[in-house]
Amino acid sequence: MSWINLRELAKKRSLFTSGHRLCAGCAAGIIGRLVMHSVPDPKHVVVVHATGCWEVAGTIFPYTAWAVPWIHNAFENAAATASGVELAFKALKDKGVVKKVPDIIVFGGDGGTVDIGLQSLSGAIERGHNFLYVLYDNNAYMNTGIQRSGATPRYAWTTTSQVGKVIPGKLEARKPIANIIAAHGNAYVATASPAYWRDLMEKARKGIEYKGPAFIHAISPCCRGWRFPPNMTIRVAKLAVETCAFPLWEYDPETREYKLSPPSLAIAKNPKLKKPIEEYLKLQGRFAHLFKPEKREDLIARIQEDVDKEWNQLLELCGIT
Amino acid sequence: MSEDLAKPGWKQIPIAGVPFKKATEYHTGDWRTFKPVIDQSKCTKCLTCWIFCPDDSIVWDGNTVQVDYRYCKGCGICAEMCPVKAITMVKEE
Repeated sequence: MSWINLRELAKKRSLFTSGHRLCAGCAAGIIGRLVMHSVPDPKHVVVVHATGCWEVAGTIFPYTAWAVPWIHNAFENAAATASGVELAFKALKDKGVVKKVPDIIVFGGDGGTVDIGLQSLSGAIERGHNFLYVLYDNNAYMNTGIQRSGATPRYAWTTTSQVGKVIPGKLEARKPIANIIAAHGNAYVATASPAYWRDLMEKARKGIEYKGPAFIHAISPCCRGWRFPPNMTIRVAKLAVETCAFPLWEYDPETREYKLSPPSLAIAKNPKLKKPIEEYLKLQGRFAHLFKPEKREDLIARIQEDVDKEWNQLLELCGIT
Repeated sequence: MSEDLAKPGWKQIPIAGVPFKKATEYHTGDWRTFKPVIDQSKCTKCLTCWIFCPDDSIVWDGNTVQVDYRYCKGCGICAEMCPVKAITMVKEE
């Protein structure tokens, strides 16, 4: 039987406690709870945070929502801080001060991971430190007020990629961060969506237990920045997977193989299940200019083309043609 | 000048900011406009609401599912995701 037994699990309180000040309906809170419930030994875990919404909202001085040892350093060096924590515990273990090196979990937003913290993350993975890095990807710098980041998708409105007569939002495609990390070759990499919670928890546990660097790219719909009502968070996270805008897969560093996860594998086996990208876009106000005042079929077709291209590339990587 | 010297120097300052209070002492429930109300007769105790609550404010004691209104921000994800529609959002008076 799986270790995930809801009725037992739900009796435990989360290590990321109530009283944090993330916006109502924020997916980061859901991802955080799911990941922290996947920790095998709650007494031996250290959380490292990159700067971001979640870091700020989780620990507004003098309050902290973390019931575990927690450290924040800066935007660009979350992975480097985690490396230091791991080495410090190793040294303490050699001196006999602690009995075991705790599990180290890093949380970083897309700004702190895809743009600013990429070099320290790449370095920590190359050095092979044992930690799990969870990227909660809300597609922009939401903490400072919805500025475009390397993870913002094409044609999305942000405050620094305004929609007007000249440009229809961000013109560039997003950075394939999970593929970049997988290309290092020695890390367990997975993508996850909070809508598929069991899949996310299993991947988190796998990442924690993997002896070496692990990276989870989780999509984190942001109701403020993506402009949808807060109760639709999980619906949006689900549609991202169903439209293949955010397919779920894993990379196993031992066999060097990519593998589709069940929700995406079902779509690969039965392409009829793949929903048009329009369904995902029309829920979000940041793409409203694609539908109003007149429907921009050309731009929607371009986004669909991007999605199809990435999806077909992924199918090839997974050996499904 | 001598008064300034008597003040604590940089060596006395903690090396980092240390938040020392539990966030649970801060009740986020007053942000709420709509509150979720669970119809216990419809509830199948599937705990879908517990999984998706960002604020950990769904409480399961082994028998019934309750909402902890001290922390619930009223986002409405639980009502949206409930498979049997046992949760309704009611405007706070």
